[in-house]
Amino acid sequence: MPKNSQLKSILIIGSGPIVIGQACEFDYSGTQALRSLKEDGIETILINSNPATIMTDPAMADHVYLLPLTTKSIIKILKEHPQIDAVLPTMGGQTALNLCIEADEKGIWKDFNVAIIGVDIDAINITEDREKFRELMLKIGIPMAPQATATSYLKGKEIAQEFGFPLIIRASFTLGGAGASFVHREEDFDELLTRGLEVSPIHEVMIDKALIGWKEYELELLRDSNDNVVIICSIENMDPIGIHTGDSITVAPAMTLSDRTYQKMRDMAIHMMRSIGDFAGGCNVQFAVSPDEKEDIIAIEINPRVSRSSALASKATGYPIAKIAAKLALGYHLDELQNQITKSTSALFEPTLDYVIVKIPRWNFDKFEGSDRTLGLQMKSVGEVMGIGRSFQEALHKATQSLEIKRNGLGADGKENKDYNQIIEKLTNASWDRVFIIYDAIAMGIPLSRIHEITKIDMWFLKQYEELFLLQKEISTYKIDTIQKDLLLEAKQKGYGDRQIAHMLGCLESQVYNKREEFGVNRVYKLVDTCAAEFKAQTPYYYSTFESDMETADGKRYADNESVVTDKKKVIVLGSGPNRIGQGIEFDYCCVHGVLAAAECGYETIMINCNPETVSTDFDIADKLYFEPVFWEHIYDIIKHEKPEGVIVQLGGQTALKLAEKLTKYGVKIIGTSFESLDLAEDRGHFSNLLKENNIPYPQFDIATTADEASAIADVLDFPILVRPSYVLGGQGMKIVINKQDLEKHVVDLLSQMPGNQLLLDHYLEGAIEAEADAICDGEDVYIIGIMEHIEPCGIHSGDSNAMLPPFNLGDLVMQQIKDHTKKIALALNTVGLINIQFAIKDDLVYIIEANPRASRTVPFIAKAYGEPYVNYATKVMLGDKKVKDFNFNPQLQGYAIKQPVFSFDKFHNVNKKLGPEMKSTGESILFIDSLKDDEFYELYSRRKMYLNK
Amino acid sequence: MKYQKRQKAIILLADGTIFYGKAVGNKQGSAFGEVCFNTGMTGYQEIFTDPSYYGQLMVTTNAHIGNYGVNDEEIESDSIKIAGLICKNFSYEYSRIDSDGSLESFLDKNNLLAISDVDTRALVSYIRDNGAMNAVISTEVDNIEGLKKQLADVPDMNGLELASKVSTKEPYYFGNENATYKVAALDIGIKKNILRNIAKRDAYIKVFPYNAKFEDLEAFKPDGYFLSNGPGDPEPLVEAQTLAKEIIKRDLPLFGICLGHQIIALANGVSTYKMHNGHRGINHPVKNLRTGKGEITSQNHGFAVNREEAEAHPDLEVTHVHLNDHTVAGLAMKSKNCFSVQYHPEASPGPHDASYLFDQFIENIKK
Repeated sequence: MPKNSQLKSILIIGSGPIVIGQACEFDYSGTQALRSLKEDGIETILINSNPATIMTDPAMADHVYLLPLTTKSIIKILKEHPQIDAVLPTMGGQTALNLCIEADEKGIWKDFNVAIIGVDIDAINITEDREKFRELMLKIGIPMAPQATATSYLKGKEIAQEFGFPLIIRASFTLGGAGASFVHREEDFDELLTRGLEVSPIHEVMIDKALIGWKEYELELLRDSNDNVVIICSIENMDPIGIHTGDSITVAPAMTLSDRTYQKMRDMAIHMMRSIGDFAGGCNVQFAVSPDEKEDIIAIEINPRVSRSSALASKATGYPIAKIAAKLALGYHLDELQNQITKSTSALFEPTLDYVIVKIPRWNFDKFEGSDRTLGLQMKSVGEVMGIGRSFQEALHKATQSLEIKRNGLGADGKENKDYNQIIEKLTNASWDRVFIIYDAIAMGIPLSRIHEITKIDMWFLKQYEELFLLQKEISTYKIDTIQKDLLLEAKQKGYGDRQIAHMLGCLESQVYNKREEFGVNRVYKLVDTCAAEFKAQTPYYYSTFESDMETADGKRYADNESVVTDKKKVIVLGSGPNRIGQGIEFDYCCVHGVLAAAECGYETIMINCNPETVSTDFDIADKLYFEPVFWEHIYDIIKHEKPEGVIVQLGGQTALKLAEKLTKYGVKIIGTSFESLDLAEDRGHFSNLLKENNIPYPQFDIATTADEASAIADVLDFPILVRPSYVLGGQGMKIVINKQDLEKHVVDLLSQMPGNQLLLDHYLEGAIEAEADAICDGEDVYIIGIMEHIEPCGIHSGDSNAMLPPFNLGDLVMQQIKDHTKKIALALNTVGLINIQFAIKDDLVYIIEANPRASRTVPFIAKAYGEPYVNYATKVMLGDKKVKDFNFNPQLQGYAIKQPVFSFDKFHNVNKKLGPEMKSTGESILFIDSLKDDEFYELYSRRKMYLNK
Repeated sequence: MKYQKRQKAIILLADGTIFYGKAVGNKQGSAFGEVCFNTGMTGYQEIFTDPSYYGQLMVTTNAHIGNYGVNDEEIESDSIKIAGLICKNFSYEYSRIDSDGSLESFLDKNNLLAISDVDTRALVSYIRDNGAMNAVISTEVDNIEGLKKQLADVPDMNGLELASKVSTKEPYYFGNENATYKVAALDIGIKKNILRNIAKRDAYIKVFPYNAKFEDLEAFKPDGYFLSNGPGDPEPLVEAQTLAKEIIKRDLPLFGICLGHQIIALANGVSTYKMHNGHRGINHPVKNLRTGKGEITSQNHGFAVNREEAEAHPDLEVTHVHLNDHTVAGLAMKSKNCFSVQYHPEASPGPHDASYLFDQFIENIKK
């Protein structure tokens, strides 16, 4: 059956602000779904409260509603658009499903005659209600772990008595494992049970007998309305059961499954998907496999929607799950659709990989002081990276190189942990850096069997680690002059960075690089093509590797490279790497617009990024996608291969920006604001000289490198003093101190974490109002795209503040100062592109806190609030294609827009939830209000007083 | 444990192209055959022991091979049937509780030459663009000219009869002799899992050598007849074609898989041809034209049935097609109790989507 012609207008629900457990993967899936529906001429209506998303761009849907995700908003939309035929709730994560269920319970869909497509409510209810799910599984003969439901404290105690410990408690209807915990000891049970019951919106928990050490797998399925089911990807969690899959290191394809066990799992997954309801769309199923000769398979859960794992599976295989799932929801059958990569074969097939992907989560525990840092059933990571390689080892190395945690990969960087007790502790209570610690444990000589016994990680993975270490040991017996080509090639094939090899050989990174050139050990690029090269692929989605040579019949010998360089003028956009607090989806939004704008200017666009959750790594965005670490070595090799006109660094956050210096040093052109200007803005001394020359006030400050110096400076500056390290992200390590003891403690603390850092001490303008402005500058003219006033007083990180656009109580005099300062600074810094400036306002005098000549977190928000494509404009200015005066700016906003921060504190217990100069929010939403009489504004504003009274 | 340096090895294609790699283990020497690739991500042991691969140098596209060792039960015949293995990363170290040894020792036991660290992706692209061809894998990296001469003597797969090399010499029985049904199976390279699948459905099987006559099979008084999968070109298998004609003439229940399917086509006067690079993998989409449903199937064939001729044939119905290239994936005879598929419903390795075909065979027997 072709598509259902009854469907002409469809409502899509987004996932709202980014929280732990629900990140920008849903912007990726939502964007794909919208484009997919549009291809079929469907009218699309979108609701999402997150402004920093591509999906909420005006061009994406026919009608975009930036409204809170509530049934009230749904009713408003359905009233304005009575033509809506159906709602597709599977693209916006659990948030969208929950909203869909709520609307269904209230009878809203029925009232407006709206069908639910892509899933059925019964399926959601069955999969979310663990008791019902369990009953169903047992009925269809799918084994599950011993489990029971408790809706009361007493019942919970009874179950624990029956099962014995260890146990797992999971709260029903929650996200990212909130309220879930492992209970090893009876004495912990009461507290954890109570917490689970509290977290669950229906006060229900499931208690499972823990499957300690069982191996964990996921399958991604697609099913059409003709009941055809295909498996898109198998994913193996290197970390066994007990660590949330979002916090696990995962590998695709599954590495340690025999065909017999895999096919049994496949049959079970298909059977499960068919049993939960009659719907067409995507589905994720999780399994546990017993680590013994029986290889028993137990079902853990099933999610009848597009998920974080399906985004990963899409990037891992090249098969665009959300795009196809949207088509299936329309009624298409899989065999009527094309493989989007080969464009010649059928979408009804199962992708096969000739490479390995490794996903590693990115944590931000430093932002949650006091939190429990061990990994467990509750997801705690804020982002993730994916490495693609021709072996597990290479992929693992590339993923570790993508993390941006100042590591060069596994081992061989002088940062190894050599403390036996600490290593055992970190292996036992899985730590965020366990991926590195395993290597250190092997280096220390701890037997693999012992590591396996502690971690339960499959021996195959551990042996892969061991092989790496043995190779490191072998290489370390050579010097740069004695190492042979074969060994160097092997090291590169296993993913070691030049820096690591230099460390092993005792030489410079550049010497290793030169040696590689000499030997012809060069990166080649391979395609992600869904089919292991069985068919020619049309999609330019590349990853790098090192290969053995081939030789043609006429004697030409080379390593095969599939990335053919065109003679078009090109530009590279550097992505922002893994999401983290302070650098999230906003920068991916900017990168995507940078790419699209550069294409409009006639450039061939090249995207480099390693974050699988993003829209920027969708192969449909740039002309060429290199899914590679945003790590010097990989970037430089791509630049050498592609020879672009230049590189855009100002859209990819701090990740891309901090590469500007090295790029400049190597003679690569930075498109837009130059490195010198970026550096000038970052260097507090030089920057304040610039301000002084331009008669712009700034809070008194000084620079300290020791606690003594800091103390002397404090005498001059006067308390309170804002202390912060230089070159950090999201206000990391920033603190306001009010006396010398606090100052000394914090300075000592910072210097021990970041030796040699120059600490900035500012006089803190107590009770000041904070404001910020974003502008576009072409070096001659400056256009201020937006000025925002923070509702919270100065001292709360701008990312954690509620920002009002336009300001609500700044006088003309103040506004004029902001405008004048912004223009002066933008020009003085020779900005070409975007700039963000933050202000403190006290006694009607505007001080400069900082200036960042790059895309900021607020640019997407302003663009959405005013309905103007500012990143597009800025990119054209950067490329020299347009001048500021060429644009016809026409911002449209009635009333005010408020950027509201969203936190994920519920994932961490006992953490300090107090806001301060260090950013803690994970996401944001936009709220439009007509006037200052709005209740929500009134409430926010009253909170300001609370801060001031502190 | 110590770092192991591996000796060099090469693959030399008939057209003179060379791919460099390393020898697996310590084995020396050369192995000749037609180079083909399999895209499955699981089931290497089943592939290596599948008689249909007789005489072929197997390129496995999966990044790692050998991860879970070998298991004595997960075999499709009593020995390795491929002529040599070409892979990217070879797992000397494996991990599986339920395993009986490493892949390396299994290859050694079968005296099979294998080469790893090859850019298998470049090799697969090359075969895709230039077609399947003969090749040699060798540790004699300095004897290219000598290898070229030897390679020239290797016969072309087109027109090559190989079933006799893998078929049983003597008839044998499989399953429970008290089972309800009796099936006579012609072994032109039969996979064990076909026997397991038929036996599981309450049938007792007698397996006959490739050159068995209809009278031999008939003497078993079978309720149904089966023509197996197997290696090589179906055309030279004249005895099997004659056998098929005899069975069809009497309208006895007949089921053919892969090579058996091609034999049935030939018995009906429909020709077969050698494909550019064949279908080998466990992700092949097939559409059942009778039900309109899709199946993900296990496939392994380098020859196919001419679709135009099959469609023009008055007594043949094309029941299944391959969704990627629209080649014939299944046939049925309109007036006879006979059907066949080009793919492998017994899976092993591969998905179980098509196991209903064995049920259908039993239903046909009951008719």
